[in-house]
Amino acid sequence: MTDYRKLWSDLGMDLEKHDRLTSALPLIYEEVYLQQPDRPQAMEYFDLVVAEIHSLRIAELVEHRRRGGKVCGAFCVFVPVEIIRAAGAVAVGLCGGSQFWVPDGERVLPRNLCPLIKASVGARLSGTCPYFQSCDLLIGETTCDGKKKAWEVLGEYAPVYVMDLPQMKRPQDLAAWRGEIELFLARIEELTGYRVTPERLAEEIRLQNRLRQALERLYQTRKADPVPISGKDALLVTQVSFYDDPRRFIDKTEVLAAEAEARIASGQGVFPSGAPRILVTGTPMAIPNWKLHHIIETAGAAVVCEETCTGTRFFEHQVDETGRTLEEQLQALAERYLKINCSCFTPNPGRLEDIFRLVEAYRVDGVIYYNLQFCHGYAVEYYAVEKALKARGIPVMKVETDYSEEDTGQLRTRVEAFLEMLR
Amino acid sequence: MTVLGIDIGSRTIATAILNEKGELLAGQVSDSGPRPLERAREMAGNLSSFRRVVATGYGRHGARADFATDLITEIKAHALGARHLFPSCRTVLDIGGQDSKVIRLDEQGRVVDFIMNDRCAAGTGKFLEVMAQGLGLPLEEMVAAASAGDGEITLNSMCTVFAESEVVSLLAAGQPVGAVARAVLNSICDRTQNLLLRLGIEPPVVFTGGVAAIPGLPAYFTRRMGLPDLLVPARPQLVGALGAALYGIKVNKATG
Repeated sequence: MTDYRKLWSDLGMDLEKHDRLTSALPLIYEEVYLQQPDRPQAMEYFDLVVAEIHSLRIAELVEHRRRGGKVCGAFCVFVPVEIIRAAGAVAVGLCGGSQFWVPDGERVLPRNLCPLIKASVGARLSGTCPYFQSCDLLIGETTCDGKKKAWEVLGEYAPVYVMDLPQMKRPQDLAAWRGEIELFLARIEELTGYRVTPERLAEEIRLQNRLRQALERLYQTRKADPVPISGKDALLVTQVSFYDDPRRFIDKTEVLAAEAEARIASGQGVFPSGAPRILVTGTPMAIPNWKLHHIIETAGAAVVCEETCTGTRFFEHQVDETGRTLEEQLQALAERYLKINCSCFTPNPGRLEDIFRLVEAYRVDGVIYYNLQFCHGYAVEYYAVEKALKARGIPVMKVETDYSEEDTGQLRTRVEAFLEMLR
Repeated sequence: MTVLGIDIGSRTIATAILNEKGELLAGQVSDSGPRPLERAREMAGNLSSFRRVVATGYGRHGARADFATDLITEIKAHALGARHLFPSCRTVLDIGGQDSKVIRLDEQGRVVDFIMNDRCAAGTGKFLEVMAQGLGLPLEEMVAAASAGDGEITLNSMCTVFAESEVVSLLAAGQPVGAVARAVLNSICDRTQNLLLRLGIEPPVVFTGGVAAIPGLPAYFTRRMGLPDLLVPARPQLVGALGAALYGIKVNKATG
């Protein structure tokens, strides 16, 4: 039995504060997750991951580092984890999704900044996130102004490397992004002391493609009516994919997808057939942010797809596996990652096309646009999304919120009224 | 048997009792107080005398868990209530104690779109109450002072707390009460107009909620916005409760 308190203490964590954070989670998880009826059996693994979120996986990271390995933390789906792993390091996602960390973030950041940034910085400052504490290098990117400047603050507490993501998608932007990926590769090689070989990179490209395909397979099952898995459960799986050991994650997700497929074959669902089907689009939902999904699903509708960074934006598009040289592989990586349609790009017509395609494929009745407060890119882009959806007669509603619970009553009213409108 | 509609809002609770023909037998409005659910139960009275009790408003889930038979959102309730009182209604503007909303209806009266203010109290009844306090006037006198006043002072703060200090500073700087009252009403009026324009105004527009009950205020809005007349029910605070009760009658009919 591992002594986790010693392990956390060795990571320089604030144990008392950490106790307060972890004591709240089981209660929330019980209410939001465990009380759902008819959950797939295979969700057991993901329940375990959450129950042991700061222990089992952390012990693996500690062991990896004890043997001289490195850990890199990232905050965005644009960071090519294939390169991190090909150089022998472990990649973990660090986005903060809890209100618990926001006050600590606000010690050094403006209050009118997106909660994801405040929580992420607060998690590091408060010493209560063992993932942060386990990282040898934090990988930032330039997807928004808030993050760009927050890296400078975070840099006072931990080594940070920033990738410069272009904000347009012209040929010269692709070339620039490919250059960034080369620089990134050099930085990671320097960190780990290992050369990235084409063989190792090919292996990691295949592995990450398999991971994306596993998620894709699971999402496919959500196209069925009745839907075999709740939106909350599917969201959790995607959230876990950022932390977990990739091979184990693929295995467990394949098992879950197979179970969901079997449910479809026997007509078994977690919502009655004909329940309203919702697409959530917008900003990411980092663990343990399940607020909107919980409100929607306890109001009787099913979330059937997320067009977010913790959804399709993360796993759609594969990296071309035919590259044999590093040159070809880096080009393939640059091309795949630049296909992600984030609102930081101007213009961003691809996102509208994605939304229309997903509305059709997942047989969506209504779209809920999820906007973390003060995320300006997505807030402004709502104008175009709303106009386009309404022109096609697809109901859409925007919800702007943060991690706190104080607006739950208002959100519930809006969501229920939106569902009344669809029924 | 009769049906009770009960609208449990943040500031007030309203009830409406209808007979099977949909005629209003009784309507009541009271402050929510510190324990709205208890207050609601008191106001509901003898529950066994109703065939159905439909709750709406912020406290609807609490009421459903406690004594109500059904619940609907205040969006649907206001749509049903406004349409009942004004059968040609296509837009509902509702300004309550803690939120404001605009609801668009199609020709059949179905809700096709709606918009609500964000989480803060700007542009709601609470905003007016706090400003009236700053001005040291009851609500209707504030409206009268604004209608008689002139000048084009603008309140810069949307936030209720900051706007109150702004009102106090303006008065301290010697601005006439009428001019400051105008600034207050113009602020909420412009915010409301923005909400209306974002959804698109399809007349006739019915104005409901506690703010519509302030004498002179609907007329002030109409003048300032340059709108066709806002239709104001005799008891605008009852519209949500009325809509809830109407829903109960509908369910009764459907279930036989």
